[in-house]
This record gives sequence, structure tokens and C-alpha cells, in this order.
Amino acid sequence: MFHILQKTFSVGVATADYPRVPARVAEEFRGRPEFDFAAWRDARPAAAACPTGAIEIHDRDGARRVTVDYGRCIFCGECAEAAAGGAVRMTREFELAASDRRELVLTADYDLHPDGSHAGLRGTTRLSGAVDTAERAGAAIRKLLGRSLAIRQVDAGSCNGCEQEIGALNNPIHDIERFGIHFVASPRHADMLLVTGPVTRNMELALRKTYAAAPEPKIVVAVGACGISGGIFGTNYASLGGVDAVIPVDVYVPGCPPRPQALLHGILLALGRLRQSQ
Amino acid sequence: MTSLLEDLRERFPEQVRASAEPVSGQVTISLNGPDATAVVKHLMTEYAARLASVFGEDRVAAEGVFYNYYVFDRPGDASWVIVKAPIPADQPSFPSLAAELPAVNWQEREIQDWFGVEAAGHPNPRRVALHDNWPDVHPLRKDFALGTVLPPFEGERHVYRPTLGEGVFRIPVGPVHAGIIEPGHFNFAVAGEPILYLQLRMFYTHKATEKLFESMPIPRAVFLAESISGDSAFSHATAFCAAIERAAEIEVPARARYARTILLELERIANHIADIGAIATDVGFGIANAHAGRVREMLLGLHETLTGSRSLRGMARVGGVRRDWQPLQIARIAPTIDAVEREFRDLVALIQSSDSTRDRLEHTGVLRPEKAKTLGVVGVAGRASGVDLDVRRDHPYAAYAKLEFRVPVYQAGDVRHRMQVRIDEVGESLRIVRAATAALPGGAHRAPAQPIPPGRCALGAVEGWRGEILHWVRTGEDNRLERCKVKDPSINNWPAIVEAVEGNIIADFPVINKSFNLSYSGTDR
Repeated sequence: MFHILQKTFSVGVATADYPRVPARVAEEFRGRPEFDFAAWRDARPAAAACPTGAIEIHDRDGARRVTVDYGRCIFCGECAEAAAGGAVRMTREFELAASDRRELVLTADYDLHPDGSHAGLRGTTRLSGAVDTAERAGAAIRKLLGRSLAIRQVDAGSCNGCEQEIGALNNPIHDIERFGIHFVASPRHADMLLVTGPVTRNMELALRKTYAAAPEPKIVVAVGACGISGGIFGTNYASLGGVDAVIPVDVYVPGCPPRPQALLHGILLALGRLRQSQ
Repeated sequence: MTSLLEDLRERFPEQVRASAEPVSGQVTISLNGPDATAVVKHLMTEYAARLASVFGEDRVAAEGVFYNYYVFDRPGDASWVIVKAPIPADQPSFPSLAAELPAVNWQEREIQDWFGVEAAGHPNPRRVALHDNWPDVHPLRKDFALGTVLPPFEGERHVYRPTLGEGVFRIPVGPVHAGIIEPGHFNFAVAGEPILYLQLRMFYTHKATEKLFESMPIPRAVFLAESISGDSAFSHATAFCAAIERAAEIEVPARARYARTILLELERIANHIADIGAIATDVGFGIANAHAGRVREMLLGLHETLTGSRSLRGMARVGGVRRDWQPLQIARIAPTIDAVEREFRDLVALIQSSDSTRDRLEHTGVLRPEKAKTLGVVGVAGRASGVDLDVRRDHPYAAYAKLEFRVPVYQAGDVRHRMQVRIDEVGESLRIVRAATAALPGGAHRAPAQPIPPGRCALGAVEGWRGEILHWVRTGEDNRLERCKVKDPSINNWPAIVEAVEGNIIADFPVINKSFNLSYSGTDR
């Protein structure tokens, strides 16, 4: 017993103060790829290199539309390596959660050259501004859920990579309970379902039943590239794709897997939204 | 090695045809027909060979046959032995070995499910991979399209063995579990507290992984390999790359071999420490898990510095590693390893100082060595039950041939010793990382990209932190694959949990299960 206390005191407080203090992220961390659409002369190499089809090219009538879907992105950095002239750059941004699936998709329209390259950027649409989270969501939790939010995690077919990071929310560094948020053993006790994917054919019924078992009001957060879109698995004979193919989703958290702070950001964002909609 | 082939030819002149084209590190023996029984038995009795994996392949369009492959390793020989048995397309059936070799029980049934090739005489021929309410399809047949839209479920769901007797109850658990873990169904029959028997239902997370491998270019498939089991992303991707490299005879530069070794061991350390903490939690010693979680974060920070990802993703590549390390990155390894070692020592002392914790772990969930051997158990669970296997030592890859390490083996087979194997291995892995970092050679971090020749078959093997990972590939045209078979150690080890829980109280199931910590996604693919 003495040893236990001694160790505890010698370690002190290990918890990081995210989001009040920015997360400590390694220089090498690969977050959101940034696209300099005006400087991007040819999207084809990056589109060909992308393992999940997150970069798509649609050519029609002398025009090219390039779409970038952060909901499919696995943050591998292949696009940045393939694109010439530094048009694609990996940043360390990870707070990418969005309440609207469309917010995760960027679109750029170009004039198409006969040689297949493009130029003459006609216009882009971008992510809407990041929503401030900590202050607002803190108020929302206190007001709505008595400073206590219960999460039921559902693995609807994931590779368990997302589960590793979700589990890390419970360690002393990320300590999600400091927000009054905790994981519960039954959907009947849950305010929020935190769902990873892709949703497999064999998990569809279990996911539907779990959703039905959670009492109203309830929030669904779809986690990771596979939870949002099916990721590298896409849709196939055994996979239905993203979580929203089966149940309604309130917030999407990109990543492969999303780091714990990105999950926290998404969960807090979801709580802010709940307050808005009530 | 020729002696093995000559011996088999002499003994089974009617059956053994020839060795396929020589590939370094593996010997392929072709049979004339689907019956591999005699050759398999001979290899096991005369050569003490271990049947590591059994799987199928559809070559009907190309060669008019299906193939079954039986992958063996044998003590004292670094080469894998692969027995290849053709099965005629018009008579898709082979004699089952499962009655005598329980280790192949699930794997033979997988062949039935994926290819529609019958394992004749199987003692339990029911579906294993495709759930009972799937239509009559065989997804790994070449004429089955990846994107096939199947009709909605109908018919009866899986029927479990009845639970009979006075005071005997059934406790169904899952697929959605109480913790943050993967889905699967456990069906317990209990009499009071003790478990009479456990029935497992897996493959809830089946997502067409092996079929997907046939649909994408090889560089892209490396990322799919990272998503077979997220906690083993680098191990699976490295096994995949090793298979391709063996098939295409790609020489991996020394710097990359050492970098791989460092990353593979870091993956092992982080997962073992997490497991040790989780085992402590499951017997109510949560403070140990808090420290384990903290130490694990130190390692994940190092992962991120070395690969850009806490999960070691985006680093594996055919022919080497994707990114080279700068001196500043390398300089982070030693101090982190030192700090982790100090903390880990304290963590182990903390757990060992708690008598009540030890009491819950000892004699709990015993898997006896003879059972472990019969079931073909591998990895941590095997080594805790007397199965002295380690791919790093037995089939050296990366830089392991140049590094010294000890392989801990115990006979007791209880939760306590599955934890002890992990404790010992963390110590060994810390030493390996230190030695490999000190010896990290200069030079290229990857071989130049080159097209992969079609029609080559090769096996890649890695000792993941959980155990033996095998990837077998047949390369195809246009830098693609005709087939990729993935064997996670979990597929060997699930049936062992059924054995280990019998007679234990149901309250100990979580800690027994955690002491194996098998991958559902790695099993289901």
C-alpha cells in the first residue's frame, strides 16, 4: 500500500490540459493535408497515390472538378509526396470533426488542358470555420446532462485501431472523466454512441439494436475514416461503408485513427451541437 | 532441403509430384491430388513439423483447379515447407484432417466457406466465417465480385449447442461488449459460478480484406495490411511486405532492416505494457493500469516522432521503410527507452507487491502444454504453455539474425504466466531496440521501387506482439495480387480460450480473455 501511494505521489499530475492548452504533438505528426489549389497544376498523381480514393477527379466539357474528402483520408502523406511543387502539404492539424458530412469535402474547379493537366482555378469551396468547443461544450454538458455524459462505444467492424485511441481517453494523460464524461457498459445508460466502422454486414443488426436501446436524447459520433466512409474498405459484399449508412450521425471525427485529442474535440463538438438543437 | 523432397518422393511416389520453383526461405511440394493426409502426417511424425496454416486458392480459371496449401515449419530449419494440393473444380472436395488435428478445425471450415470446397469428413462442418444466415455464396471464388450486393438476411441465426441440466444456465454475451473492445459472441453454459463450456461466434467484423487485396495495386495494399488489426499495424504490413519482397527477390537495405526491427519491437512493448495494465484492471488493481497507460503514452509519443503516427502507420513499404530518420529523431529513442524501462520496473514491482492481485492471476485460466500443442497455439499464449516458438528466432527476418535476445517459455499456462511472458519480453524488446538503435547502419532506407513480376508465390512471416503472423501472396499482372492469404495468430488461439475457461468462475472470464488478448478483426478480416 505504501509503495502504491509513494509511486502515485512521485508521479504527480500527469494529465494534459487539452483543450485549454494546445496538444503536444510531434513535429513529424501527419495531420490534415493542405491543398494549395491555385498552385496545384495536376491532381492526377496525388489522386492515383491516394490509397482510399479521398482525392477524386471528374473531367467534363473542358472542366475539371477535384474533390478532397477528409472523411476518407487516412493521413498517410502519399498525396503530398506525389504532388509536384509543394501544392499538397501535410500539416499537424487534427481538430477536424464536423457535424455535417459535406463540411469534410473540399471542391476545386479548374479549366482542363488537352494534355490532362489543369490550370485556371475557377473557385473552391472550403471547410467551414472550426467551432470553438471547450467553453461552450462545458456549459452544455452541465446544463443538459448534469455534468455527466455517458458514452457507449460500439465497434461496428473496425480494425481495432480506433479502439486503441478511444481506450487511451481513459488513461491519466487524456483522462476524459475530467469533463464529466465516462464510458458505460450498456447502451441503455448512454447519452452518446461512439461508433467505429466500417459497418459490416454482420454488425448491422447489432448496431441498429444498440441505437434503438439508447434512450433519447442521444448523439451519435462516427469515428475514423472507416466510420465516416468505410475508409480503405469502402463498401463491398461484407461492408456497408460508414456509420450513417445505418443510423443517423451527428458528428464525424476524421483520422486513421483519430488521436485522443481529436476524439475529445469531436465529442465536445457534438455536445455543443446538442445544446444548439435543443 | 533436397533430402526432404527426395524422402517424400521416395515414400509417396504416387502423390508427390515435384517442388515448385525455388524461392529462398521456402520449399513448395506439389501433390498430384487433393489428399494431403499421408504427407502431412509424415511431416509431422518424421520431421516434428508443425502445421502453421491451411488455406485455399481459386485457380479454376487459370489452371482448372483449386489449391489447398499446408504451411509447415520444423525445428532447426529456417525454411518454410509448403505442401500444395490441387483439387479438381468439378469435384471440389478434400479429405479433412480436423478430426486428428484440431488445430485446422476453423481453417478447413474457412476453405469451405470462402471457396465452396468441401472438407470431407470434418467433425463439425458447419459454417464458421460466413454466418449461418448468409446466402449460399463463396466470396473468394474468382467469379464472385467484390461489390456483390447480397440479399437481406433471412433464415435462422446461429444455433448454439443446447444448455441442459438442472441449475445450468446460458449466458449470452455480445457481439456488443461492455468495454471498449471488438465485437464477437460468447455463449457460456454455467452451473452456478463455474463455466461448463463456452461457445464462440466470431467473424462479426469480416470486411472482405482478402478479397480487397486482389483489387488494388501492391503499394496501396500495404495500407490495407495496416488495417488488418490496428494494434499490429506495422507487424502485419511488414509481413505483407516481406512476402512481396521474397516473391520479387527484393533485397532490403540494412538500414531498413534495422528500422523495421526497432519499430516491430516498439509495437510489441507498447502493446505488452497495455495488456499488463489491462490484466491488472480485470482483477481490480486499476492503479497499475493508470501507470501502464501513462508509460504507453511515452511510447506512442516516440512512435509519432519516428513515423508520424501513434499507431506506426504510414511507415511500411515494400523494399524498406517509407521515411528515413534524421539524427534528431533517432536521438529520441534511447532516452525514451531508458525512461520507459525505469517506469516499467516500478510497474512490475507494484503488481508483484499486491498479494491479492497475484492470487487472482495464479492458477486462473490454465491452458495445459499438451492442449496448447494440439490446438496449434502460438505467440504469447503458446510460450506461457510450453510452446517454444518465435518467428524472430526460428525464421529470422529484418535484423533479428544479428541481434541477441531470449525467448521466454513457461509451462504453467495460467494468466499469471501469460503476463510473465509479456513482462520478460518487454525487457528483451527494450534491449533489442537499444542494440538496434546503436547499430543502425547508414545508407538507403529503401530499395528503389520496381515492378513486381507476376505469377510468383511467397510467404512472409513476422512475430507480431501477439504471435505468428503469416501473409502468403501470389503476384499478378500490373503490380497487383492474385491472392493474399492473411493469418493472424488469433485464428490459432481462439479455440484455446474455450479450453482455458472451463471450470473457472465466470467472473474470471474477462481476465482470462484479456490475458490472451486476441484480435477479432485479425481473425475475421
